Amino acid sequence: MTQTIVPFEKALAAYDPAMGLEVHVELNTNSKMFCGCPTEFGAEPNTQVCPTCLGLPGAMPVVNGKAVESAIRIGLALNCEIAEWCRFARKNYFYPDMPKNFQTSQYDEPIAFDGWMDVEVEGETFRVEIERAHMEEDTGKSTHVGGATGRIHGAEYSLVDYNRAGIPLIEIVTRPILGAGEKAPAVARAYVAQLRDLIVALGVSDARMDQGSIRADVNLSLAPKGSDRLGTRSETKNVNSLRSVERAVRFEIGRHAGILDAGGSVVQETRHFHEDTGETTSGREKSDAEDYRYFPEPDLVPVAPSREWVEELRRTLPENPTARKARLQAEYGFTDLEMRDVWAAGALPLIEATVAEGVAPQAARKWWVAELLRRANEAGVELAEVGVTPAQVAAVQALIDAKTINDKLARQVFDGLIAGEGTPEEVIEKRGLALVSDDGPLIAAIDDALASQPDLVEKIKGGNMGAIGAIMGAVMKATRGQADAGRARELILEKLELS
Amino acid sequence: MSWIHTTAAEQAAALAAGEVTSVELTQAHLDQIAATNGELNSFLHVDADGALAQAAASDARRAAGAPLHELDGVPIAIKDVLATEGLPTTAGSKILEGWIPPYDGTVTAKIKAAGLPILGKTNMDEFAMGSANENSAYGPVKNPWDHTRIPGGSGGGSAAAVSAFQAPLAIGSDTGGSIRQPGAMTGTVGVKPTYGSVSRYGVIALANSLDQLGPVTRTVLDSALLQELIGGHDPLDSTSVATAVTGLADAARQGAAGDLAGVRIGIVKELQGDAWSAPVVERFDESIEILKGLGAEVVEVSLPSFVHAMAAYYLILPAECSSNLAKFDAMRYGLRVTPEGDPSAEDVMKASRDAGFGNEVKRRILIGTYALSSGYYDAYYGQAQKIRTLIIEDFKKAFEQVDVLVSPTAPTTAWALGEKADDPLANYLQDLATIPANLAGVPGISIPSGVSSADGLPTGIQFLAPVLEDARLYRVGAALEAALTKQWGAAIAAPAYAKEA
Repeated sequence: MTQTIVPFEKALAAYDPAMGLEVHVELNTNSKMFCGCPTEFGAEPNTQVCPTCLGLPGAMPVVNGKAVESAIRIGLALNCEIAEWCRFARKNYFYPDMPKNFQTSQYDEPIAFDGWMDVEVEGETFRVEIERAHMEEDTGKSTHVGGATGRIHGAEYSLVDYNRAGIPLIEIVTRPILGAGEKAPAVARAYVAQLRDLIVALGVSDARMDQGSIRADVNLSLAPKGSDRLGTRSETKNVNSLRSVERAVRFEIGRHAGILDAGGSVVQETRHFHEDTGETTSGREKSDAEDYRYFPEPDLVPVAPSREWVEELRRTLPENPTARKARLQAEYGFTDLEMRDVWAAGALPLIEATVAEGVAPQAARKWWVAELLRRANEAGVELAEVGVTPAQVAAVQALIDAKTINDKLARQVFDGLIAGEGTPEEVIEKRGLALVSDDGPLIAAIDDALASQPDLVEKIKGGNMGAIGAIMGAVMKATRGQADAGRARELILEKLELS
Repeated sequence: MSWIHTTAAEQAAALAAGEVTSVELTQAHLDQIAATNGELNSFLHVDADGALAQAAASDARRAAGAPLHELDGVPIAIKDVLATEGLPTTAGSKILEGWIPPYDGTVTAKIKAAGLPILGKTNMDEFAMGSANENSAYGPVKNPWDHTRIPGGSGGGSAAAVSAFQAPLAIGSDTGGSIRQPGAMTGTVGVKPTYGSVSRYGVIALANSLDQLGPVTRTVLDSALLQELIGGHDPLDSTSVATAVTGLADAARQGAAGDLAGVRIGIVKELQGDAWSAPVVERFDESIEILKGLGAEVVEVSLPSFVHAMAAYYLILPAECSSNLAKFDAMRYGLRVTPEGDPSAEDVMKASRDAGFGNEVKRRILIGTYALSSGYYDAYYGQAQKIRTLIIEDFKKAFEQVDVLVSPTAPTTAWALGEKADDPLANYLQDLATIPANLAGVPGISIPSGVSSADGLPTGIQFLAPVLEDARLYRVGAALEAALTKQWGAAIAAPAYAKEA
């Protein structure tokens, strides 16, 4: 059957999309959900395992209290109710890399439920309702060797790594998001982005989408415009970047519309998203009747967080990142565009720390986003790992203010700092970067520049003050950038008797 | 008289007095196993070298004057349901044939730490499913009292081992009566402690919410000593209770003095009637008269929900076990059967499970899968849990009136091998009296109440106490035991094994 993808705008002229997002967050606890094994990412396969997370006969689970705390904090940050008493259940199904052939999860008794998060898209606020946030364990990880696709079909053999089996997960499930219309892809992206920001602020996860520590399942359905009924949904699994979330929604809208326009029915199934093409392909069919045979996990006692504890956790929640962004943008006077760049670069905490060292917000922003971000991107590291600290940025700015260096020289100081050449002063000393403010060499350079460009002198004298820039350029070139620009300008004007 | 005919407490005292070494004790039991296991089939695996090495280490510790556990050096047998590092553990199933756990269950670790030589692993119904030990993949166990009879189940191996003087102490597991019912069938003492008071870590789960490890011995005091050794809070078992159950040996010694004045005993009205054979009732009534004679006040109490206990049990148990057994997929440990041709992973799993699981296991997996499936959960599993709540409430009300409850342990004496093998329901009915304690988590003890006047086989009497009040069982049980022993002139024992050959 050929697939018709209806153009996005056309699809939305005829249909209303409904979205549901299920986001899995891998917690950064030191040990697994039900045993004491370490959770470090990237360890040698099957080195972080024990009888419990291998599901060996006789082994038993014990709940990780830190994971419960993280779950409650996430729930509180999402404005959820926190259960006074809840249980784990067994979700019985077969999966090749699930050691017990059931997953210990929460079913009808989640730790957190009935919350919401306001998501802003192009100035419009959408309230995303959170149905639940529940605790569960991750499965192991299979590597299929020998096939062309890396999938199990066609593989010669499969390797299973149980290091990830039993890592604590929180699954956050929204209610259907209705009424987003053409903004649906952007709302989906903004929701996941804001959720990630919240997770980062809470410090409960590494929040690395590229490492799978946050992954989203995107449920989407279409209903004819004006209908109050939900259509049949597809579930695109394990979408691994913000951009992909947006693209998956967009693609599925077009695909569903193609099926519905042709008079067909959407099949309820899981789908895989492909980063390279932006398309989804069929996974396995999934019906509502899929029978997980849930029942309460008899090896675990119920979780009953005391109200005192919950209130203590509520009191110690960090400032909501959305509110914090708005507050700092106002305090710093950043434009929306500036703020977006600052946020996208992950620079806000660095700027905050730099401002705390006494640097003006705009200067701090300039150094981190306009200057150091380029170096971080080149080195392929996070901005915070670029090799320059907020204190060093403040020290460099102080040297600029004292006219020891200028902005241009500061860039070379940063190069030196990243190269590990010592303190800013030591870099300046080693690289001979101090400004020339001594009039003697400046006057010589100015005289040379004026003498070699008499036409410019005429222009300046004729009132074209912009032409001073060209003289300045020659002076800077002659002094290898170390001229004090302010003093050079004064001297040029004196020479031309314009001051 | 050989050392094997002494009790664990007597052996411990002899070790302490230097009258015997642990190596001598252990060797005596290994000799008895060697002489009798071919017939009884009570041990699936005997670890003679390991046991003797542990015994030698115990003797060396004692010689060095190290502080020792009271039972240090007294040998023990462990039901094959509990993980023992380095020793095969099969739960009586082909699907785990050859599996050697890389870890010790908590009770195994405690036994090792206390210095008890481990003689081996005892036979059992496959995954502890059965009341006759005829469901073991490794053949039935024979009752030491009569080799044509079953020893009870699922802990038939542990009960027979203790009854036939192969071991003074054994570990059993009791999910619906699997320590107590074989105790009654073989004339041994069997205890199901309060749920959660002995760690389940390392127990290959049958039904996690019902399973409990406990002692199998020949005397009430020996059980008390063993329960004190294996009990206590375990951070590896989330359902482990924080409150320690203590004072058990003291209670047994106090009870043996024979005074039960002020103790109120309730006969369970629902555990009487046509199901109970006349010879069993005869011995039971005799015990009641003895208890009255010791000063106990005996009344009849009603726990009406008990009539539904069997139905609830046979929904909850298969539901939990259907989930527990899903992990046996032939991929990581145990049996793997690879069919001819070019089989898929699914074909391998099917063939392995077909060959590896016995009929009773398959039956319960199917029942449990059905009971949990969507649309039936509320009708079956949900209802069963409601009954469970009613049973817990009935127990609470009954224990407001009396200190302990009493009933015959099993409705009949041991039946002939094969007699009920094809009738699962007839087998299930054997656990009528023992099941309510598992559903409610309360402790229970079965002690020998004599032999049937009809067939000369042992009968058992069961006492039940409130949660964490295990000490009451030991006090009352020891009092009755002392009176009965006095009446008989000696402890009852399987005739063929009671004397040296």
